[in-house]
Amino acid sequence: MDRANVDTDMIIPKQFLKSIKRTGFGPNLFDEVRYLDEGQPGKDSSQRPLNPDFPLNQARYKGASVLLARENFGCGSSREHAPWALEDFGFRVLIAPSFADIFYNNCFKNGILPVVLPAEVVDQLFMELDATPGFELTADLQKQEVRTSDGRQWSFDVDSFRRHCLLNGLDDIGTTLQQADSIKAYEEKRKAEAPWLFTG
Amino acid sequence: MAGKTLYDKLWDAHLVDLRDDGSALLYIDRHLIHEVTSPQAFEGLRLAGRKPWRIGANLATADHNVPTTSAERLSGIDGITDEVSRLQVKTLDDNCADTGIVEFGLGDERQGIVHVMGPEQGATLPGMTIVCGDSHTSTHGAFGALAMGIGTSEVEHVLATQCLLQQKMKNMLVQVDGELPPGVTAKDVVLHIIGVIGTAGGTGHAIEFGGSTIRSLSIEGRMTVCNMAIEAGARAGMVAVDDTTIDYFRGRPFAPKGEHWDLAVKAWRDLVSDPDAEFDRVVTIDAADIEPQVTWGTSPEMVAGVRGRVPMLADMPSESARQSLQRALKYMGLKEGQALTDIQLDRIFIGSCTNSRIEDLRAAATVVKGRKVASSVKEALVVPGSGLVKKQAEQEGLDTVFTEAGFQWREPGCSMCLAMNADKLGQGEHCASTSNRNFEGRQGFGGRTHLVSPAMAAAAAIEGHFVDIRAWGN
Repeated sequence: MDRANVDTDMIIPKQFLKSIKRTGFGPNLFDEVRYLDEGQPGKDSSQRPLNPDFPLNQARYKGASVLLARENFGCGSSREHAPWALEDFGFRVLIAPSFADIFYNNCFKNGILPVVLPAEVVDQLFMELDATPGFELTADLQKQEVRTSDGRQWSFDVDSFRRHCLLNGLDDIGTTLQQADSIKAYEEKRKAEAPWLFTG
Repeated sequence: MAGKTLYDKLWDAHLVDLRDDGSALLYIDRHLIHEVTSPQAFEGLRLAGRKPWRIGANLATADHNVPTTSAERLSGIDGITDEVSRLQVKTLDDNCADTGIVEFGLGDERQGIVHVMGPEQGATLPGMTIVCGDSHTSTHGAFGALAMGIGTSEVEHVLATQCLLQQKMKNMLVQVDGELPPGVTAKDVVLHIIGVIGTAGGTGHAIEFGGSTIRSLSIEGRMTVCNMAIEAGARAGMVAVDDTTIDYFRGRPFAPKGEHWDLAVKAWRDLVSDPDAEFDRVVTIDAADIEPQVTWGTSPEMVAGVRGRVPMLADMPSESARQSLQRALKYMGLKEGQALTDIQLDRIFIGSCTNSRIEDLRAAATVVKGRKVASSVKEALVVPGSGLVKKQAEQEGLDTVFTEAGFQWREPGCSMCLAMNADKLGQGEHCASTSNRNFEGRQGFGGRTHLVSPAMAAAAAIEGHFVDIRAWGN
């Protein structure tokens, strides 16, 4: 996805946000740039005219699970439908020089690993991708590195708690509820200091 | 040791647990809920057999996906013609009824855009942590609160635990000093800031907006500024508490009363950054440099003063900037070097969580009064932010000013800001919009958005193209 500032409206347009489910968004991922016509909920996307210039419509990217992108990917709204659509399409890893904060966070909640690599590395990867048919990248969360098939590697940072949750498929809410006593203790203390916050 | 910033204070006051890995469990005082980002969260709770942790901390209303014509609103949810939308609004109703969460439904005069409704009710207050499944939750930082947009998984997390897992952000100060020139508003201030720091300028930071210009803004103006902190990349924007803040909340329905009010005011007075607080980044802006702003491109940072021009390709600093400009020009149907006042407009939208409060409507009505919308403009909409804003405007006769000029006067909701409902742009149409995002397709497939202040949108409606509000109409 060779453009900067890809926003969540581009990742999944608003008309698909009317759904009350969290699945089935894949066919409408990048809808406005992927198809030539306007998508609507319920419309069979397999019958729609494809934009031949859009990379994901090209045969070589079929089945891709790593998305290479530019800076500030995922800016805009907090819609979690964006990572739902990416995940439903089949992406597991996103690589970009930077991500928007809310989107970055939403990815981890949906089994997607957003990897931040320096802009010059991403630049180089884009060039190699263009020049090399069958170019493949692997992201290893355990070792925190991205590898090419010819063995070159770049390490990346990821917050240890998020890494732990992603590796172990942990339920955040369950983990937090193990601290129910701390939450209750906080509420008692806070109620004494700021009683007006607890009148509702 | 350096003093604390406002953000540090809000963070510390809500810390339930700080983990060894640097992540923190933060307590959430107020959770606002709307129909679009909540159904999957309620479903998740149900599937896991969980209940909301503290019902009273939640407040819901339908806004994103509701129709705004009086005809469709007459019979409430059942009157919504789009079946998928009707189910979504109904699902919010059902979820609130099941859990006991208070909802201002369609037909309730308190219904409105969550970020207009919350402060109006005094349901969001200084010193609170406030979250909502909507990125423009940053709006509520305007009164010294820590307010952030969250995703649906986090909506579920807050419902179930009243907490959020967070990493502390960095501190950034955007200091704006000096008197705003006449015709320059809070919207122009924030668009100018985004033009200076870029749409990723605040990424990873909580922005505090300070300085004499910000202090001189009304609470509604400060809300407009904090609303668009997210367009500057920051999840949270905030302004320190002062008398303006405290006066705003006096007597609001959910605001503390009696003894609690006095206690609260005492605590709120401390919601300012200490004089010796240190920020990771400081940006200073001179108010005298700010002109009425117009976005010309497909990102809020593609903005210029109304007397400016669309940039030239040859002036771009890099190949990627050049490509990005080229793509924006093509999408927007504009030429490099084109004067912004030459952009012809098809539709006008006055509304959204950025600019749909009473002061915004008054500013637009002042411009419109006694004039007519240009015949070249196909549609001009005014969508009040809440039922109460609408009522107030009608008491002041603003609805008549708008309708006599040829505007449509609608029912409250997000409307054409994100165009989930029937209010949208046609392909290739240019819109002067008081909303917050000019992304491709944001206001409709192929639609072209130009972000401006309410007064600028109103004047553009009359002329059919952008005009410099400072030199117009006298």
